[in-house]
Amino acid sequence: MAEQEQRRPSAPRTDEVEVEDEVSGDSGKELKADLDDLLDEIDDVLETNAEEFVKNYVQKGGE
Amino acid sequence: MAVHKVLGIETEFGILHRNDGESNPVAASSMIINAYVNGFLERRVGWDFEDEHPGVDARGFNEFDALAPEIETHLVNAVLTNGARYYVDHAHPELSTPECTDALQCTTYDRAAEEILIRSMEKANELLPEGEELVIHKNNSDGKGNSYGCHENYLVDRAVPFGRIVQQIMPFFISRQVFCGAGKIGSEAPGLTHADVPFQITQRADFFEEEVGLETTLKRPIVNTRDEPHADSKKYRRLHVIVGDANMSELQTYLKLGTTAIVLAMIDDDMAPDDCVFETPVQTLRQVSYDIDLAMVHRLVNGQKVSALDVQWAYYAAAEKWADRHGFEVVGGEAIGKDLMSRWNEVLVALESDPDSLTDSIDWIAKRRLYEGYRSRHDLDWSDPKLAALDLQYHDLRPDKGLARRIGLKRISIDSEVEAAVDSPPPSTRAYFRGRCLERYPDEIVAANWDSMVFDVGSDPLRRVPMLEPLRGTAAHVANLLDECDNAAELLRRLGT
Repeated sequence: MAEQEQRRPSAPRTDEVEVEDEVSGDSGKELKADLDDLLDEIDDVLETNAEEFVKNYVQKGGE
Repeated sequence: MAVHKVLGIETEFGILHRNDGESNPVAASSMIINAYVNGFLERRVGWDFEDEHPGVDARGFNEFDALAPEIETHLVNAVLTNGARYYVDHAHPELSTPECTDALQCTTYDRAAEEILIRSMEKANELLPEGEELVIHKNNSDGKGNSYGCHENYLVDRAVPFGRIVQQIMPFFISRQVFCGAGKIGSEAPGLTHADVPFQITQRADFFEEEVGLETTLKRPIVNTRDEPHADSKKYRRLHVIVGDANMSELQTYLKLGTTAIVLAMIDDDMAPDDCVFETPVQTLRQVSYDIDLAMVHRLVNGQKVSALDVQWAYYAAAEKWADRHGFEVVGGEAIGKDLMSRWNEVLVALESDPDSLTDSIDWIAKRRLYEGYRSRHDLDWSDPKLAALDLQYHDLRPDKGLARRIGLKRISIDSEVEAAVDSPPPSTRAYFRGRCLERYPDEIVAANWDSMVFDVGSDPLRRVPMLEPLRGTAAHVANLLDECDNAAELLRRLGT
């Protein structure tokens, strides 16, 4: 590529990155709590016999 | 001046008939489409195969001995009132959106396609015996080496030499995987185990073996040479793109369609980068997919080593220059163009600096977070069938079972517009004429396809109306006419055919 010097033609959003760093502590915990809730939900809806389900999931090749 | 980037997306869905003794995916696919057509449409209108020539190759020769796609004319094949085509293709139900004029509209119609499949499942399951059900997945692989596609179609200028398209779109296809991939556990490439590739960025990379070619079902090429424009072939080419994944994330569908449209417009205008050619494209395609840390560099033919993100930035920079000169008209206007550029920039920056910030908008990153969390909670290895089950259920379209819709992925489409898109065609392309005629005169249409409709107005012979211009037959052109004509005979008379 001729233009190796310019990787981000528009100004990088440095201000926004800083703000994110500040709040990442709290939002990190929120994200984790969300993930735990999500994993709880998934345990409820996941196929009961995963091995059998996966084994039986066969498709014909398409385009 | 570039040709307007009319575009569409067609998805082959995975299908399961649960609790059925024998597995017959063709019958299951037919059942699900028939359930929708009989349940929701006033009358079924079939597909007209007259102009299908999937064996014609853009490189200028017809390989009649090559394994060109067969046309299975006896299988279920319907046209819907939103201008879409809903049919059985190679043992999968497939839905092609109608022709759209921008990536936002196409994303809306893709979401409407999901709704149609969901309603089809529900209808079909009402008709099946107790305990049996049909289940649809929007994915590209069964994890066992069988793959099926999500194809994009873009209108490009016929005057552009096909060689230029190949050279300049291929690096873009290889590198766009970083924000287009739907993620997959393991690898289906021969010889690779879960230890080698526990998780990768795309579903499809494993199945691509050639750089350029006509095949779609084996020895898949990164750039497909099918030359079936379904339009005025002197002016237009339709680029048939088979290398993408089916995405559950709307942001990905939107960005995939929109950035590719922009790059193809640049190619039309001869402003796309032409020195990003990878030395070993097929190998690089797979390496990019396996490289979930986005750290690898790959060799170009000019000797430089670059990352996938480096290549994306090169295309982004070129797009800024192109847009400064030409504006965004051919990809749907300034608002959409600027939105696409801004989101493209945002995603590339995030992939470089904080990929986990994209768990709400990129399927492979959402999956990685989910699977890492699940692994850690249940102390599982990457090869555990529970994770493989998660990897399938992510793509399950059943509203009560599907995982993608539970995660809270960012939306691009608006529900009221999706609802409208299930039944009504886009106003801005020939799909409008097709869809409205089907809704207005269902008993007088014998067959339809992308570039014509066949009417039966009682007289002999049947009347074929050609629709070779994708941007004619729009609401602006024909809405009043259609409103005023009570039957097809009157319509044809006033069209002068």
